[in-house]
Amino acid sequence: MKLSELPRRTAATVESVDDQIANDTIARRLRELGFVSGERVEVVAAGPLSAEPLLVQVGYTRFALRRSEAARVQVKLLDAEPRS
Amino acid sequence: MNAAVAEPLRVALVGNPNCGKTALFNLLTGSRQKVANYAGVTVERKEGRLRAPSGRTYAVLDLPGAYSLQAASLDEAVTRDLLRGFYPGERAPDVLLCVVDATNLRLHLRFALELRELGRPMVVAINMMDAAKRRGIEIDLAALERELGVPVVPTVAVKRDGAHALVAMLDRIAVEPREPHEPRVRLGEGADLHAETRRLLALTVTMPTRTAKVDDVLDRWLLHPVLGLLTLAVVMFLIFQAVYAWATPLMDGIEAVTAWVGEWVKAALPEGPLRSLLVEGIIAGLGGVIVFLPQILILFAFILALEESGYLPRAAFLLDRMMASAGLSGRSFIPLLSSFACAIPGIMATRSIQDPRDRLATILVAPLMTCSARLPVYALLIGAFIPQREVWGMLNLQGLVLFGLYMAGILSALMVSWVMKKWRRDKSEHALLLELPSYRIPHPRDLLIGLWERAWIFLRRVGGIILSLTILLWFLLSFPGAPEGATMPAIDYSFAGRIGHAMTAVFAPIGFNWQICIALIPGMAAREVAVASLATVYALSAADDEAAAQALSPIITDTWSLATALSLLVWFIYAPQCLSTLATIRRETNSWKQVAISAGYLFALAYLASLLTYQVAVALGAG
Repeated sequence: MKLSELPRRTAATVESVDDQIANDTIARRLRELGFVSGERVEVVAAGPLSAEPLLVQVGYTRFALRRSEAARVQVKLLDAEPRS
Repeated sequence: MNAAVAEPLRVALVGNPNCGKTALFNLLTGSRQKVANYAGVTVERKEGRLRAPSGRTYAVLDLPGAYSLQAASLDEAVTRDLLRGFYPGERAPDVLLCVVDATNLRLHLRFALELRELGRPMVVAINMMDAAKRRGIEIDLAALERELGVPVVPTVAVKRDGAHALVAMLDRIAVEPREPHEPRVRLGEGADLHAETRRLLALTVTMPTRTAKVDDVLDRWLLHPVLGLLTLAVVMFLIFQAVYAWATPLMDGIEAVTAWVGEWVKAALPEGPLRSLLVEGIIAGLGGVIVFLPQILILFAFILALEESGYLPRAAFLLDRMMASAGLSGRSFIPLLSSFACAIPGIMATRSIQDPRDRLATILVAPLMTCSARLPVYALLIGAFIPQREVWGMLNLQGLVLFGLYMAGILSALMVSWVMKKWRRDKSEHALLLELPSYRIPHPRDLLIGLWERAWIFLRRVGGIILSLTILLWFLLSFPGAPEGATMPAIDYSFAGRIGHAMTAVFAPIGFNWQICIALIPGMAAREVAVASLATVYALSAADDEAAAQALSPIITDTWSLATALSLLVWFIYAPQCLSTLATIRRETNSWKQVAISAGYLFALAYLASLLTYQVAVALGAG
């Protein structure tokens, strides 16, 4: 599931961040900001117009991501796996 | 040791955006700061002196905030190059002072690890320890220092003695410079910094909750689709009111003082070119520079407070979708709003837009927002040509025209930014990726230092250009003087008068007579001067601007056609001839090319729109 499709206030973990183009600087930046495998993420809120951008909590930080940016992040629901 | 006295140790503050680095810098250096730009770019360079209680001094550099050494912006590229010692004209710092937010260690420690790999002497300052304590976050500083292999000190940038441990640590490093001791875990090439960060966190930090409660509550309300936008509208209204209304008495005061000083010099000196230069060139020019300060200071007081408190990124969050569809970004909104008062503080406010492309687009359309200086011109023309009539029983035709002029400016700006978006070669995706930091109460010291910097930058960089252009304009308007027995006003014989007459050839198709053309020239210094200049050209003697407008009204009603008046109104929507705005664009973009582009496109739009208005009006019988 893509982060852009994740329902609001639902805990999930990051699986991967995919490059959309070769040498995708946005994907690289997302990884640097903490969107790495196993990290917990949650969509906290969305902007007023066509639910854009998304407010995403990762680690202890909140980032505003446009949907096209969030679509690079593959996530899986937290409850799908046993809690560690 | 003598060498150390002659050459203070160079300390560079480096860290993620929102780590409280600038607040710590302000605490360390106080008012002993120098703000300039890095050579060749518009990235701000802040350096200051720290005088430690031990008597040692340090040269402290506040590097632009960065998330990573893999630079994604100009700011980050400057930080990367400077840290590696590659930046032309800058020496690599002796000590890195890596500032991390104690409440945001998951993000910030990763960057600290990346910095450690540079292999330079480094101190990690765990900042905002007070906020961490309040949230029940416990950090084992000794363990963190042992695992990291570099000294770790706690700091509280908003407390007077909050950097005590840090300064003591710097003093120790200054006495016995030492290489960082071996970290517990040596990271190899391409190591996973995230994994190491997680290891450090698990070992040294206990964190009761991932977010602060107050952030959750405030965000729920301030980012709400309805309540959030409502709050934003109130905040914007307040800012606009303040910039527009609170500044007016101060500006009137500055203008009165300028006029008084001018009169005083006039009385003290004999008639002649020197007196004229002093009064109409230098004093009027200086007054014309200082008069912008109230608006700039009031606007920046708000912007700095909003930025420090963490609200500004939230406003950008709410508005991003709307602004993005016009080719701008959420952060463009406040600069554009303040441009309704005056484009100069508006353009200076674009510094809060990190993306250079979005920033440039905002700067280019800012002059299309109808600034307050255009109001006197609008008022004169609307009063003289648009009848007082009710429309649909409730609206006033004059008010409707004024509203239309404002809307025309806004729509043109949207159109221009949209066209720019379609036309630019660089169509790559520019990320929003905006951090919404924790809410904080802004510290008065940081606000005051920020305001002082804005005022200083404006006076030194923009003021010089405005002053010299005003003096040039004075020269064009005063020389050569009127010959003996002249029958026309003196301005007619001057260079400006001749240029005005020559301009008629170009401006006849849009309905401007030679009087208007001449008045446009002094109107370049400030748009509202155009009214007073028209009065001069029509040889009216008027005590002040208001009297000038009153005396002018019947004359232009008799001698101008409605088509000419409409054409001039439309011209002022675009009004490409504000020298102060162009000077600010020069300063903020560091490029004459951008100045030429904005002056050129504004002129073209003004001419085309006026041409259309005039020709249509004439065809409809208003000529």
